[in-house]
Amino acid sequence: MLNRPVIEAKGLNLTFQTADGPVHALKDVDLTIAEGEFVCFLGPSGCGKTTFLRCIAALERPTGGSLTVNGMTADEARKQRGYGYVFQAAGLYPWRTIAGNIRLPLEIMGFSKSDQTARVERVLDLVELAGFGKKFPWQLSGGMQQRASIARALAFDADILLMDEPFGALDEIVRDRLNEELLKLWARTGKTIAFVTHSIPEAVYLSTKIVVMSPRPGRITDVIDSPLPKDRPLDIRDSREFIEIAHRVREGLRAGHQDD
Amino acid sequence: MRNAFPIFTVLCAILAIWYAGSVWMNSTWVFDQATRNGQTVTWGQVIPLTMAQDRPLLPPPHQVAENLWKGIAGQAVTSKRSLVYHGFVTFRGTMAGFALGIVFGVGMAMAIVRFRVMDQSVMPWAIISQTIPIVALAPMILTVSNQIGIETKEVPKAVISAYLSFFPVLVSMVKGLRAPDHMQLDLLKTYGASEGQTFWKLRLPASLPYFFASLKVAVAAALIGTIVGELPSGAIEGLGARMLIGSQFGEPLIMWAALFAAAILAGLLIVLVGLVERLANRRMGVGA
Repeated sequence: MLNRPVIEAKGLNLTFQTADGPVHALKDVDLTIAEGEFVCFLGPSGCGKTTFLRCIAALERPTGGSLTVNGMTADEARKQRGYGYVFQAAGLYPWRTIAGNIRLPLEIMGFSKSDQTARVERVLDLVELAGFGKKFPWQLSGGMQQRASIARALAFDADILLMDEPFGALDEIVRDRLNEELLKLWARTGKTIAFVTHSIPEAVYLSTKIVVMSPRPGRITDVIDSPLPKDRPLDIRDSREFIEIAHRVREGLRAGHQDD
Repeated sequence: MRNAFPIFTVLCAILAIWYAGSVWMNSTWVFDQATRNGQTVTWGQVIPLTMAQDRPLLPPPHQVAENLWKGIAGQAVTSKRSLVYHGFVTFRGTMAGFALGIVFGVGMAMAIVRFRVMDQSVMPWAIISQTIPIVALAPMILTVSNQIGIETKEVPKAVISAYLSFFPVLVSMVKGLRAPDHMQLDLLKTYGASEGQTFWKLRLPASLPYFFASLKVAVAAALIGTIVGELPSGAIEGLGARMLIGSQFGEPLIMWAALFAAAILAGLLIVLVGLVERLANRRMGVGA
């Protein structure tokens, strides 16, 4: 990986002060994500994977260590429209059409009207929702809604896509299809993607790098660079290599749990 | 029209009970008259006599309907005896109070949602304000407004009406403006949205269903407030004044006709608010 680093965390710590005392959400996290990588964060609840993603998005403030996004602080990166964020729920506004929802960030960021229309068309194409712009969210299936929310995150051309369990609420069949489409989208756009998930197969299928995390305190226990080729049909999941990586991930998760 | 039958049944039941009540209450007068004249009367003679008295204790439905019709269609709408005229005066007052209540309720809700201090300091007073009986407060508002030199009765009437109608709007809007969840607020944060943008693009549209739900309650409250405002003001205009005149001059028919005119007005207002809500819903893409 000779690509320039996009996200760099060094000795990152985050402690929440709660009524029951301090909670170590992140402890001494060191991680570098290079441009164009697809990184999955995997681990049980409470391991800090979402918290780490929220730190990158400047939605949480680390209490120690350093974190740079595109060479800037997370706050600055946000002001430069450095990333698009996709949440677990599509969170589309029910009172806006699909096109209106995708236009939302563009309106807020002050894109011109004609530019807005062009961008909405383009990202609708990108997530294969062309022709659905005039529909309202309730007229679309859950999978289509989540695709629309990805389009919304892509609309303003951020180089980084932060995805927090975006397919966690969808059924397995829809999830497989969206995973496949996401890989295609990634190949076409060359974005850097940080993706949080609970699912081992999902993580192994998508990633160029898998970050295994464990809870109490939230920390990284293993970082696996995937040897899988960039072009991945769904049935790669039955290959020897795939199963071996999945095995290593499982071992990493188990190791993290022995500390309990 | 499948619903027509149960509605019709209930209506008939109400009318039957009402007629029975009329006969029972108005018969007292007939029997008293007969005793005074040393006559005896049979029920067959009594019943017709309870149906057409000038000052019945409980006027039967047809007498109320007749008076209502006379009040609405029996004279020029500009006449002081016209219920249309009085109804319009009340309608005007209701709209003024309603508008004032909406502005006040929404404005206060915005402040409460925006400033924690407001939530803790103003909300309890808003609740306390609704525990004071409006009939006790109305004369005070009238006196004060007179004292500070406001000649017209329209202003205190609107204030009394707004006093009742702002509260449902306030409570609903506080809830509505807080309806967006953390995720939706975080999403806007990732766009670097300003507080104003968060308000206009998320909080306000998210609160609209709550707003319209509160309007139906608020418009009814505004009407009640206006009528109460017309009672002690020495007003000679408006349905409230009409009711007072009917009661003070012992003209139950006038009172009952005004009462029903007010009920009809309330019905029309609620239908009107419902129409506005439907239009807004269609624009906001709510279900087919």
